[in-house]
Amino acid sequence: MNKRKQISEIVFKLISGFCAYSLIGILLFIIGIIFVKGFNALSFEMISQTPKGGYYFGGEGGFLNAIVGSLYIALGATFIAIMIGTPAALFINVHLVRYKRTQNTIRYLLDSLWGIPSIVYGAFGFTLMLLMGMNASLLAGIITVALLVTPIMTRTFDEVLQTIPKGLHEASFALGSTKTETAFKILFKQGFSGFVTAILLSFGRGIGDAASVLFTAGYTDLIPTNLDEPAATLPLAIFFQLGSPIPEVRERAFAAAAVLTILILIISITARIISKRYLKTIIK
Amino acid sequence: MEIQNIVDSAENNFLNLNSGIESFPILRIQNLNVYAEKNHILKDINLEIPRNKITVLLGPSGCGKTTLLKCMNKLTDLYKELKVSGNIFIEQDDILNTKKDIPSIRQKMGLLSQRPYLLPMSIYKNVAYGVKLKGIRDKKLLHYSVEKNLKEVGLWEEVKDRLHSPATKLSIGQQQRLCLARGLAVKPRIILADEPTSALDPISSKIIENLFVELKKHYTIILVTHILRQAVRLADHVVFMYYGDIIEQGPPDELFNNPKTETLKKYLVEGN
Repeated sequence: MNKRKQISEIVFKLISGFCAYSLIGILLFIIGIIFVKGFNALSFEMISQTPKGGYYFGGEGGFLNAIVGSLYIALGATFIAIMIGTPAALFINVHLVRYKRTQNTIRYLLDSLWGIPSIVYGAFGFTLMLLMGMNASLLAGIITVALLVTPIMTRTFDEVLQTIPKGLHEASFALGSTKTETAFKILFKQGFSGFVTAILLSFGRGIGDAASVLFTAGYTDLIPTNLDEPAATLPLAIFFQLGSPIPEVRERAFAAAAVLTILILIISITARIISKRYLKTIIK
Repeated sequence: MEIQNIVDSAENNFLNLNSGIESFPILRIQNLNVYAEKNHILKDINLEIPRNKITVLLGPSGCGKTTLLKCMNKLTDLYKELKVSGNIFIEQDDILNTKKDIPSIRQKMGLLSQRPYLLPMSIYKNVAYGVKLKGIRDKKLLHYSVEKNLKEVGLWEEVKDRLHSPATKLSIGQQQRLCLARGLAVKPRIILADEPTSALDPISSKIIENLFVELKKHYTIILVTHILRQAVRLADHVVFMYYGDIIEQGPPDELFNNPKTETLKKYLVEGN
């Protein structure tokens, strides 16, 4: 290697290394800020109690209502997304395997759905809710968030299914599998890591989205016991408390943000552990 | 033990039945044409595959051997661009123009592809998969089938202590034999092998070749290859293809010693 090549090698290594590590730096920075700012407010009381009287003026209580509400909405929406997205992605990859143009059109449309801002889903969900004569409720929130995350679920799983070699489809059919058996017994297993990633992405997006639940789920200090009661959510808890003039309340917003981040990290780590266990049987 | 006896005797009956009609070809192809968009990739193919023999489809890469093989178990259905016309008879059934359920037609044939495509599951489940598709749920029967077919491909001794570990842990040669065992487990009549040794080392290839010689007692084998020496070693009947046409066919001695066409002569010279 001549000198010029050596220098360019070093320079590009430094640049790309800096880019890669600065991304991680940003993540650490965000987590750092949230925890430093919210540290004083973060207590067991915060995550184990619902707001008491005067909570929004710095009084007693916590934001358990928002934690539970967010979990309900994200779990419900992810469940719907799994129920719709999984067969949809398998259908695209098994039944439509001969129809490249249809496949691409569906993928393009799903990508468009993915790209629609969540406030639009919020507005759509709100309209839908009024049409059906519903009030702002847990159910309306779940449906709206499900609309938001189902395209994500479908396309993420679909991306992984696409990478499965045609030879495996052929092997499965040659053994006498029907299309359904190929889809659910072979491709689903082979694409399981993608399935887990898809769930994780959907859940992460669902639990963290504020705009889609703003009009549809409402906000309440109570933990919903029924699907037609309104539900509080962590993003909205952050939003409302961050706007407060009282410093203690603003601190609580950061505490809520910290809880949201921790929840997402837990889900992400669990998903990785689960998919790793299944990766062993997958053909490379 | 009782189940095993019943299964074995049923199988023997089946094999005896087979030997009586040996003179009839097991598979007959008539006027088969395949177009891929505007390319005519198989041109008016007429072919008879003799029973319990190794028929080798020989020819250069891209001459349509694999496509012909895929027509036989209707895997061409997966590709929209392929237009298939003509007749393919397995025994008396025309499988191309039938409303019969395709999975059961496909189960008459075991497929071995260029590289092993394992199912994403354990060794045991790989073999049991096809058997379960036939509706067999009995654990003893499944285990019997797994053991018998793994023994048939000489893999049993190597894997009997780790049947439930992932199949991906096997070496590539073992994986290919597992794919063969998995195909045999659904009790096919024909084995379709598409250059099955092309990804394997010489020793593993040798094992597969020897297996074919054993297996032809009970099965009809159709082997696609572009390796001339493999054809010489294994073939009972050779079909030489060139750009979508069958140029020559016949017993290997005749074909290799006295090629009638220039194309085959040239291929034999260059191939050696």
